[in-house]
Amino acid sequence: MTNPETVSVSSDSSNEETPLLKIRNLEVGFETQRGLVPAVRGVDLTLYQGQTLAIVGESGSGKSTTAQAVIGLLPGAGKVSGGSIEFEGHDLTQFSDAQFAEVRGSQIGYVPQDPMSNLNPVWSIGFQVEEAIKANGIAQGKEARQRTIEVLQEAGLSDASERLKQFPHQFSGGMRQRVLIGIGLSARPKLLIADEPTSALDVTVQRQILDHLQTLTRDYGTSVLFITHDLGLAAERAEQLVVMYKGKVVESGPSRAILENPQHPYTQRLVAAAPSLASRRIQSIKSAKSTDDSVRIFGEGSLDEALIARAATREASADEDLIKVSNITKVYEIRKQGFRKDKLLAVNDISFGVKKGTTTALVGESGSGKSTVAKLILQLESLTSGNIEFDGKNLAGIKGQELLEFRRRVQPVFQDPYGSLDPQYSVGNTIAEPLLAHKLGTAKERYNRVSELLDQVSLPQAARHRYPGELSGGQRQRVAIARALALKPEVLVLDEAVSALDVLVQGQVLNLLTELQTELELTYLFITHDLAVVRLVADNVCVMQGGRIVEAASTDEVFENSSNPYTQELLEAIPGANITLGA
Amino acid sequence: MLWYAGKRFLQMIPVFFGATFLIYFMVFAVPGDPIAALYGDHPPAPGVIEAVRAEYNLDKPFIVQYLLYIGGLFQGDLGTTFSGRPVIDVMAQAFPITARLALLALAIEAFFGIIVGLVAGLRKGKLFDASALVISLLLISVPTFVVGFVLQYVFGIQLGWARTTVSGAAPWGELILPAIVLASVSFAYIVRLTRASVADNLGADFVRTATAKGLSRRRVVTVHVLRNSLVPVVTYLGVDIGSLMVGAIVTEGIFNINGVGGTVYRAIRLGEGPTVVSFVAVMVIIFVLANLLVDLLYAALDPRIRYAK
Amino acid sequence: MPSSNTGRHRPGQEHFIASLAETPVAEIDQVDETGKARSTWTDAWEAMRRRPMFWVSASLIFVIVVVAVFPGLFASADPRECYLKFSNGDPQAGHPLGFNRQGCDVYSRIIFGTQASVTIGLLTTVIVTLFGGVIGALAGFYGGFLDSFVSRVGDVFFAIPTVLGAIVLFSVISVRDALTVSLVLSLFAWPQIARIMRGAVLSARNSDYVTASAALGVSRFKTLVRHVIPNSIAPVIVVATVSLGIFIVAEATLGFLGIGLPPTVMSWGNEINQAQVTVRTHPQTLLLPSAALSITVLAFLMFGDVVRDALDPEARARR
Repeated sequence: MTNPETVSVSSDSSNEETPLLKIRNLEVGFETQRGLVPAVRGVDLTLYQGQTLAIVGESGSGKSTTAQAVIGLLPGAGKVSGGSIEFEGHDLTQFSDAQFAEVRGSQIGYVPQDPMSNLNPVWSIGFQVEEAIKANGIAQGKEARQRTIEVLQEAGLSDASERLKQFPHQFSGGMRQRVLIGIGLSARPKLLIADEPTSALDVTVQRQILDHLQTLTRDYGTSVLFITHDLGLAAERAEQLVVMYKGKVVESGPSRAILENPQHPYTQRLVAAAPSLASRRIQSIKSAKSTDDSVRIFGEGSLDEALIARAATREASADEDLIKVSNITKVYEIRKQGFRKDKLLAVNDISFGVKKGTTTALVGESGSGKSTVAKLILQLESLTSGNIEFDGKNLAGIKGQELLEFRRRVQPVFQDPYGSLDPQYSVGNTIAEPLLAHKLGTAKERYNRVSELLDQVSLPQAARHRYPGELSGGQRQRVAIARALALKPEVLVLDEAVSALDVLVQGQVLNLLTELQTELELTYLFITHDLAVVRLVADNVCVMQGGRIVEAASTDEVFENSSNPYTQELLEAIPGANITLGA
Repeated sequence: MLWYAGKRFLQMIPVFFGATFLIYFMVFAVPGDPIAALYGDHPPAPGVIEAVRAEYNLDKPFIVQYLLYIGGLFQGDLGTTFSGRPVIDVMAQAFPITARLALLALAIEAFFGIIVGLVAGLRKGKLFDASALVISLLLISVPTFVVGFVLQYVFGIQLGWARTTVSGAAPWGELILPAIVLASVSFAYIVRLTRASVADNLGADFVRTATAKGLSRRRVVTVHVLRNSLVPVVTYLGVDIGSLMVGAIVTEGIFNINGVGGTVYRAIRLGEGPTVVSFVAVMVIIFVLANLLVDLLYAALDPRIRYAK
Repeated sequence: MPSSNTGRHRPGQEHFIASLAETPVAEIDQVDETGKARSTWTDAWEAMRRRPMFWVSASLIFVIVVVAVFPGLFASADPRECYLKFSNGDPQAGHPLGFNRQGCDVYSRIIFGTQASVTIGLLTTVIVTLFGGVIGALAGFYGGFLDSFVSRVGDVFFAIPTVLGAIVLFSVISVRDALTVSLVLSLFAWPQIARIMRGAVLSARNSDYVTASAALGVSRFKTLVRHVIPNSIAPVIVVATVSLGIFIVAEATLGFLGIGLPPTVMSWGNEINQAQVTVRTHPQTLLLPSAALSITVLAFLMFGDVVRDALDPEARARR
């Protein structure tokens, strides 16, 4: 092994046939009490200078593990058990800790996933950037401080010099991610590993940051290994794709080729289920006025064909509003330093209606007030002012038996499938709980109702005795839906109900929701940050920003001729929105 | 930071009054004659009871008694010992000794505790870690007075390396053995706390990012892992000062040290109630003040606390 | 391996499709119906029973409890039958550990002293856990004035270290039995449990399943009892187990200082207290009851460690 300090770009830089990163037959496993559990099984991957390559896969596909193996940062029990990772001709799997320390930062940069947990909370931002600059020998002393400011400014923090002494908790998520990108690129590495760098951020912020990252890496000639779960995003940002499934590469090659002509059944499923792409398909169907060919470009068995078909034909119904929200406002008091209190206007004078049997989507980014609206309608928070009517009745001051009656008719499904079920309640008890709370039926009747509900949400009867900890995110969300349906409600308030799910599972749950809506004549209030999903399920859309509704219209209008600049920004930011499919 | 210090100080005030009130209440509001109970089986000289009654204003309503007592506190009147000597005088002589002993113990437990805990945390599951865990469990389960007697017996009597009792002036050198005794249990807690915290932080995302920056292992461990792991240790030190006080009573008793703890120990054994109560009240006040200091140290270590709203 | 070349590409970047035989596509999101259903508690039990430390500490605790309840089964010599002629006597038949200064059998005094020490440890733990747990749960769940009030009062009691508080109270209280000692220790120890319970309840209260149960129409109190408390109890159980050992040490410390149980009661603290005088000449009369005490405390500490590892999913994941 050569001393890494002498590692250099292969002398003949015009020879493009030498890859920067060449992974061959990589095997990674995790040591457990039951032996080595494989996580990556024989992965091949080739990345050339200046290219961007995206690894796409669902959680558990081994995509992050592959990236971590490249930079030698596998978590505790992880081990490379076979294959090679050649970086500029040197096999990284044979590197010692000291050799890795030389390569990290200076040759291979790393941008992690979660901006909230990846900066040390007890050190200032300036310290953490400067540390990287000094460690990689870019600059020392005063010069390092100067360089720190430059790095942060390049990463998009214009007021960097004033903010050096601030701590991570004083920065927003997007700002922190910019800092992390600055750190990753501070030593101008040849390769940047970006592990889901924007998944935790709002779409518009995500777009800005990725645009910025793209500009920087293009300017510096940096190769990027981009890890993502979002096929649309991958296709938009990378020229090469590697699709991983259960630790193996199922398909790889040029992005365009894979997107237009997915060959492996798994890739086909992914392409079919990606909401951003499906949403484009709706558009093509609509504009082509359903020439049958375009529906079939992605092959048979598309998960969301039903969704697309429904979306293509939906019409806004003209019934009365089942839920009518008039001029509601919600103000929270926040304790500030000192004895002052600040008022936070979470919801600012908004009005909208939800018609019976339809789906109305509330769309907005974090802090837009959309979840507060959900809580207000569900009577979990009190209104500051305004009115909410349900079925013609004002809900103000409702309590006791009336409130229970309201709860029976309006049920929620929450975002986090890991948090919305009591981990100590079995599935059967969870689904039966609303029946018990409303004192409905005998034990036998409740038992039968649970069986019926399990069938409705396509869970096996055996799931009744399982605990939430044993179920996947999608399965938990089915349980949450079953629980919400137990009382035969008329309205479901779905608060980011599919946002945390892997895309295939998300497609499945959306299908389920659509089927249930037709079957049980349900009305949905669908709260989400994801416009692509909205297009698949909603009849009407209210776009929220800063506590206000900035646009309310039918889904087709919003997607086809929105005049509102914010809505347009959101539409633009849908990953994959810029891909033109050659259909 | 200043804001935080001010807020902490304000929060301390009700605790200060609450705690002194509680002690006063416990002694003087229990049914029966508190003065007689305080003197127990040792009836004082004739006239003393009347003098004490007058001193504690027992003829006045309870709340007035308390307020007069607090007023006295602020004028340096900490009460009177069994023999009638002002507590403040005894304090002036005894406190420096106990402060030295406690500082020595704190230094020993913090220094060795953090080092052993750090190494154990870095080598989780290895032999060093396992032995550190076993030893810390043993130390916690053996009461301070047993450790005291054993060390006194081994080093003082068998080996003759140290004096079995500390001389009146209690120089630093003679306090080392008692300080080790005093530090033993807390040392074990600090080892366990540091170990758990280091192991936690090693798996933290920001440590992985620090490594990915290209920092050496040494720098990652000292700058990112250790610094963050000190935060819970400092929080623990606040609680620990309380157990050091109880420990000081026991340890100073065993080594016959003329500190605050030793005075309380002898007063307890001789049944001199007034001395015990006056001194314990002072100890509680010191505990409250020390906790204020620890809180400030905590804020210095963790910016999230400093800037908290 | 079939790989279709679509156009010209650099080596290694051709359109590659894995063979279906090697990468079969499974049903999306299938429920795993194999194995037993696992709740948090069965999970914890599975994790515990695999650890030798669990069995060691559990059997020790079992033996100690049996000794405390039926001391007569383990010691034949009468602990109150003391003859000065045996003062500090060596071990002999029927008296395996010899005699103390009063000429009493050391072994049977340790066996009979178990009861008082273990009773105080258990009783204090029960009182503290029930009182502190309920107070902490109510304060954390209902918040508002109740919470501020309980927190401030807790701060005041927390400012007085347990043994210091006990020293003050026993300077004026003359009734000293297992119950009063336990009550006095509890008086200053409850805020710790209350704080832990409050913290756990606060985080459980903000979880989605609590909001969900409100939206389902479950009453506030039932939500607290059915969802919040069961999900907050784990850290309290852990601390309670460890505290049990700590309270036994506290009783012994009071005994050592001579203000715990009256000298007529047999307890480890009192044995240690009485042995102080002869510690230089006959250290075993002090060390033997201390050893019994330490083994008991160690058993509860180890048990607490095992329970913590089993109940803390993060600790489990790290292992």
